[in-house]
Amino acid sequence: MYNEKVLDHFYNPRNMGVIEDANAVGEAGNARCGDIMRLYLKIENGKVKDVKFQTFGCGAAVASTSVGTEMLKGMTIDEAKKLTNAQILEELGGLPSEKIHCSILFEEVLKDALNNYKE
Amino acid sequence: MENKYIYLDNGATTKMKKEVIEAMLPYFDEYFGNASSLYELARLSREAIEKARHDVASVLEVLDKEIYFTSGGTESDNWALKGVAKANLKKGNHIITTSIEHPAINNTLKKLEKEGFEVTYLSVDEKGYISLEELKNSIKAETILISVIAANNEIGTIQKLEQISKIAREAKVLLHIDAVQALGKMKLNLADFDLASFSAHKIHGPKGVGALYIKKGTKIENLLEGGAQENRKRPGTENVAGIVGFAKALEISYNKMAENITKMNKLRNRLVQGITGNIDDVLYNGDLENGLCNNVSLSFKYIEGEAILLMLDREGIAASSGSACASKSLEPSHVLLAIGKKHEDAHGTIRFTLSSETTEDEIDEVIKVMPEIIARLRKMSPLGKEV
Repeated sequence: MYNEKVLDHFYNPRNMGVIEDANAVGEAGNARCGDIMRLYLKIENGKVKDVKFQTFGCGAAVASTSVGTEMLKGMTIDEAKKLTNAQILEELGGLPSEKIHCSILFEEVLKDALNNYKE
Repeated sequence: MENKYIYLDNGATTKMKKEVIEAMLPYFDEYFGNASSLYELARLSREAIEKARHDVASVLEVLDKEIYFTSGGTESDNWALKGVAKANLKKGNHIITTSIEHPAINNTLKKLEKEGFEVTYLSVDEKGYISLEELKNSIKAETILISVIAANNEIGTIQKLEQISKIAREAKVLLHIDAVQALGKMKLNLADFDLASFSAHKIHGPKGVGALYIKKGTKIENLLEGGAQENRKRPGTENVAGIVGFAKALEISYNKMAENITKMNKLRNRLVQGITGNIDDVLYNGDLENGLCNNVSLSFKYIEGEAILLMLDREGIAASSGSACASKSLEPSHVLLAIGKKHEDAHGTIRFTLSSETTEDEIDEVIKVMPEIIARLRKMSPLGKEV
């Protein structure tokens, strides 16, 4: 049901883990729905210098966060604010229709993290 | 696919036995006749069907004319419920079932509810048993049918069928069991029931064929309209090869049933002990002592079932998810919620279902790879024990 790129991100997640001194941390989803994403950003000079994630969820949820963190690295805050689920889907080469919400959840966790950004 | 693929999803479907395939083959080409025609070729098909019916009936200890071949478990369930409901409208419009039924029952009853029938869904305890007291108290003058899943397809709980039958008989209410998972894996005394649904592909037979047992004298309407096949009750040109295959698979499964049950029980317990003994925060769902011999449902805390399945798939192990996440709905399984699982634990549930062909080596391989898989996913998860 998943393409090879999605499976690659699931089996070999990029940027998985925690940033202890992150200055923008976000969380989205809930255990009831079976998906929780947590995103840790280290922003310096208006740019995403480092990013890590933790995900409780299915293959698509893990792959969405993994690919999203790859895309985020090096982005300016303005660029990060404009990152949408459509771009996540495009980068992953698509997700099954019932898993699109996983890419939307990444957009939500990113928004939450940026809202919590403390300079 | 490499040859050491470990298949532990026999609750979904099973691999056909070679003898079953061989028994079926002549009915695709040599004896291809329509059993309803007049000539000899057709008679051979007719004879094959009636022999299969006799074999199935003998194994299940019922009359030949009480066995009706269908396209499988779903059709049998639909026919039993809709057929009995419509034929008994004069008596009433109330049906009793459990809160842990297969969708073939659940969704059929939802449809009947829209058509004006009233349905009571009995609650279950943490092991998945209905309360006999609640069943008794739910029966009223308008109750026409009780439908119970004999052995649950997710957690393997076997209902107390004998007592349920007694209650139904005393109240003079018809009793249907969904025996799709139960067939060949436990003793079934069909005299206790008025209707029972079966499927061939869960017992190493072909897909697309099954049966409905209808006790003589049971009032039931047809589900389909058409020709005079199956004693005018189930129209449609008979699936001769499928019916022959079903009978053969059933014969094989009953031949060594006691031995197979003992073997599967032993391997099931080995798997449960091997996993729960090596991994923290994992819960067995169902009744380990009295549940179906091939069913292992486990809830792993802090992680999600589909992710476990993907990891297992990479190790060449096929299992299934107890969560409905993979099946297009975000709600976890109604069965797991009914036995009181929290949503997050229900999401972290997977089901291994063994067959009589499962080996100890296969079970040991699963036990070996599970700790690493679970640890890896838990490391990825933001949930976990507060340390």
